[in-house]
Amino acid sequence: MRALSGIRKDLFLYLLILPGVLYFILFKYVPMWGIIISFQDYSPYLGVWKSPWVGFRHFTELFSNPDFILLFRNTMIISLMNIVFYFPMPIVVALLLNEVRSAVFKRIVQSIVYLPHFLSWVVIAGITFLLFSQSGGIINKVLPMLGYAQVDFLTNSRLFWWMLTAQSIWKETGWGTIIYLAAMAGVDPQLYEAAKMDGAGRLRQIWNVTIPGIRHIIITLLILRLGQIMDVGFEQVFLMMNSAVSEVADVFETYVYRNGIQQGQFSYSTAVGLFKSVIGLLLVIAANKLAKRYGEEGLY
Amino acid sequence: MKESRLFGTANNAFLALIGMVTLFPLYYVFIVSFTDPAEYIRKQGFVLFPEKWSILSYQYILSTSTYLNATGISAFLAIVGTLLSLMVTASLAYGLSRKRLKIRKQLMMMILITILFSPGIIPHYILVRDLGMINSIWSLIIPVLSSGWYVFLMKSFFDSIPASLEEAAMMDGYNDFGIFFRIILPLSLPALAAFGLFYAVGYWNTYFSAVLYINVSSKWPLQILLQNILIDSSTSSQGSGAAEIMNEQQLPAQTLKMAAVVVATLPILIIYPMLQKHFAKGVMLGSIKE
Repeated sequence: MRALSGIRKDLFLYLLILPGVLYFILFKYVPMWGIIISFQDYSPYLGVWKSPWVGFRHFTELFSNPDFILLFRNTMIISLMNIVFYFPMPIVVALLLNEVRSAVFKRIVQSIVYLPHFLSWVVIAGITFLLFSQSGGIINKVLPMLGYAQVDFLTNSRLFWWMLTAQSIWKETGWGTIIYLAAMAGVDPQLYEAAKMDGAGRLRQIWNVTIPGIRHIIITLLILRLGQIMDVGFEQVFLMMNSAVSEVADVFETYVYRNGIQQGQFSYSTAVGLFKSVIGLLLVIAANKLAKRYGEEGLY
Repeated sequence: MKESRLFGTANNAFLALIGMVTLFPLYYVFIVSFTDPAEYIRKQGFVLFPEKWSILSYQYILSTSTYLNATGISAFLAIVGTLLSLMVTASLAYGLSRKRLKIRKQLMMMILITILFSPGIIPHYILVRDLGMINSIWSLIIPVLSSGWYVFLMKSFFDSIPASLEEAAMMDGYNDFGIFFRIILPLSLPALAAFGLFYAVGYWNTYFSAVLYINVSSKWPLQILLQNILIDSSTSSQGSGAAEIMNEQQLPAQTLKMAAVVVATLPILIIYPMLQKHFAKGVMLGSIKE
């Protein structure tokens, strides 16, 4: 009753949040309920209510499918390459930017390197095709001039992961520096003064003052990134994928899209998606616990 | 001192190099798109600065109804979608920031869960299909109206507005609608503008939702058309819209493609200076977002 009178008193406040709450229920929670079709043989004609139940059959089918190992391997390798090669980049660039004395130069460089973050993956994949294709790409016109053979960048399965990694570095490095630059701005200037007194040059100051000053944030971001290891830039993979590289490109979402949307195996592909989401959830929760134990804020 | 100056120079040189590497692909695309097609063919693509500027490629791209139509759809998404997203997200976030709201904790928990767990592509697809939104432009707006991240970011902004302000307004006889629309929103315009820009970029870049939900080329947003022009046309010949643009033209495909990229990127470049003012703040609040 008291709750009710609260609602009456603040009726307009509740009306204000109503559209948002309805949105979350309809578009975030109703699909969660849709997960049950992964335990059915869902048919669009019968609907969720009448489709027959099959228990865990789709999951056992997934685990015994040779595709599963492939999907898992590709996801892990793409993610791990991202962590090994992309993750340190923003840290390095932020350290360099932090040492720039000229505010104008710094701002110009920042404006340039932040920009690719806002471009769509379609534009970035498109530019990649324009630059690297064998038919008209400028890179493959320069290579023969330098005495090298042309390279099939876009259709070579051994280069595919490297192309993805390079794209990610190009797109997100600049954007990634922002958080480190903010952390660096918070380092006590007296520490630099003290280091100078002790005769430390600029490299030593970076090593002994700046890096320890941002160590916490580096470790936190790394932990949280590891928690998202199941998430690969899926639009990116989807756009860069072609039949020549599908063996190394296929990840859970592309697989779900192909089997579910294109071939109509709704139940099986929902099970695949659910498997990925559950593992992802467990990893994020674990990563968050770890980050908090480390004395950091964590994700939530 | 000497070491310091050497370091400074090397550092600046290295950063300049990074800047150039970042910029080169964009620069090249931009320059080629404005190069006279004949010159492009003669130089076999080795154009770093055109001898003769030309807008032929643009005239061609912008004369195709397919391209204009897709641009119009993306513009619609960016404008209408952004406004709707701001309304829904801001009103929810404002409500959640008021301590008077009884079920605030539960709602926050409910929203947090949606950040941590997503049921995947298929359940969303089935929902959109059952709502009859397949092949409707609204399928690119309504299902992505809001997100837990934006709600939490905006809430933390509204948290900083003191309760005394609304109490005073209530004394003056405003109800919560009046307070929100006449007092809070005008006060929050700079923050709303920042969120709006990010939403607008997101809507302009809408791609995968359209892959899922839009099957008719007359309703394609720009990113799908662009994918067809840039990627599919170089591997296969599917996609009627792209075929229409690429067929029977005397201009080299490369300059046309680059012009298409530039036109699709232009709106982002235009709002980029405005975005820049805001993003340091936004990223700090949502630091862990990605």
